[in-house]
Formats: sequence, structure tokens, C-alpha cells
Amino acid sequence: MAKLTIDDLKKIKEETAKSTSLREGGSTVKITVHMGTCGIAAGAREVMNALMEELAESDRSDIRVVASGCMGMCSSEPNVTVEIQDSEPIVYQKMESNRMRQVFKRHVLLGEVQSDFALGKM
Amino acid sequence: MRELSLHILDIAENGITAGADCIQILINEARGSEDLLTIVIEDNGRGMPAEKLQKPTDPFITTRTTRRVGLGLSLLAAAADRCEGKLEIETESGRGTRVEATFRYSHIDRAPVGDMAATITTLIMGNPQVDFVYTHIVDSEDFVLDTRDLKEGTQDQSLTDPVLIFHLTQSIRDSLNKLARGNRKSEGTEENHG
Repeated sequence: MAKLTIDDLKKIKEETAKSTSLREGGSTVKITVHMGTCGIAAGAREVMNALMEELAESDRSDIRVVASGCMGMCSSEPNVTVEIQDSEPIVYQKMESNRMRQVFKRHVLLGEVQSDFALGKM
Repeated sequence: MRELSLHILDIAENGITAGADCIQILINEARGSEDLLTIVIEDNGRGMPAEKLQKPTDPFITTRTTRRVGLGLSLLAAAADRCEGKLEIETESGRGTRVEATFRYSHIDRAPVGDMAATITTLIMGNPQVDFVYTHIVDSEDFVLDTRDLKEGTQDQSLTDPVLIFHLTQSIRDSLNKLARGNRKSEGTEENHG
């Protein structure tokens, strides 16, 4: 049974737990990746993976990522909703990994809404 | 869908939507004489309503309210069907649902299993409150990942730290590569003996 990696992961987990406990506090940004059948078929998993990579590089602990179901707008999938505290949620449409990286760097980190990709305000 | 791992992601998300807190995923690749690929996704959610179970793969019977069609199970059933396999669903109200899909492994229409590491970490990242048990068997070798093992002994019960997720993806990918390689090696020695 190939189980040797679990110990390594525990070590990494302990280390990251130490660093995150220093930066505790509620999350101020919530990013929702819509993962219904339609979203997944359209590439939501790749979007989620790009988002995870950006997040790992960003060193921000106040950003929460959640997966949710279909919003009912299947033709514009993959959809991603960005909710920053004290501002209106923005739904992005037809996302792919590069668009996700751009939205993360510009909108989430710098607060510039990327209206080219936006579907609308919720 | 291009990869079977995307079907798995989709069906697992169904289980989570049904209120499950533990999802078990099994992939069994019997590449030898059995020539069979089996995928099992089991959840402990609320189970399917009777109406849906009568025709689980009918896209026009769905419990969702956002739209009137549900395609997840129908797509998986179609994928299994065109590879001389089938889809079986067992469900018990309040206990959960078990979905099993089989495929002829060498069938020309069978989609690749695909990036399971991405599917598993996507599930973990998006659903921190849910536990996942992932077992992947290739002939005689297997790989098991149980998120309860990873949470054990640490106070912090979430695995969603992006750095951790990044390492987790890498290590699942490495383990699965080893799994595939290990079997190729043993197949090679068999050939030598033969």
C-alpha cells in the first residue's frame, strides 16, 4: 500500500498550521467556484486548480474558497463569484485558468473589477 | 466529459449536495484478463427520493430547483453504456447512495481516467467540512488516501490551506504515477518470464 506520503503531509500540515494561526481572523474574501455538471464539463476544475495555485502563492489567509452547485446559468459556465467584504458580489462568466489568474491578481488582490469577464452583479 | 475523473467530481458533488459528510471513491483498474474498469462513488447523504430512483438516469426527473434538467448521472450512464459497461445505483433514504459504473477497460470509446489528483484536491478545497476516502487499485497495487488520517492528531480540522493543497496534489500525482509505473514494471517481468 503506497501510504508513505501521509507522514510528509502531516509535517507540512503542522508547519502550515503554525503560520496560519499567526494570521488568524475571519475571512474577508469569498470566492465561489460553481461546480454543477455544466460547470465541471465546461472546465471548472481547471479554474479551481488555477485558483488554488494563485492562492498558494499569495500568502493571504483571509480568502475562502468554496465549491457550489449550478446557478442555473449553464451557458455561461464556468462561473466564479467573487465576494469582497463591503462590496457587491461579482459573478464572472466563461472562466478558464488564465482569466481566473487575472481576476485573482487584479480583482481579489487589488480590488479592480474585471468587467470584461463579468456576467453581472448579484 | 473528457475524463472519467470529471464524472467522479460531479457525482461526488451530488453526494455533498445531499448532505453527506463522508464520500468514498474507489477506482479499480483490472487491466489484465478481466479487462474491467470499475468506479464506485458512495456517500452517506440523505439518499434519493423514490421518484428519482425509479428512473435515476432520466435527465428530466431532478430534485434541483435552479433548472429543470439534471445531467450528471445520465452522462455517466451513457459513458459506461458505450463501453460495454453499466451504471448501478443503490440508495437508502437517510443512509446514502452508492453509484457504481463499469467500463470495458480496453474499449476504444472509454475516456481516460484523467487527473484524479485535481479531482480529489478540488473536492477537499471546496468542501472542507466533508471527509474523503479515495482508493485507487491498479491490478495488484493500491493507493489509499483518507482525509480523516490527515486531520487526525492536529487541532486544525481543515485541510484547505492552499500550500497544503498544493503539496497534496503533488503527492497524489506522484503516488498515482508510481502505481501505474509499478504495474508496468511487473507486467514487464511477466513478459520476460513468458
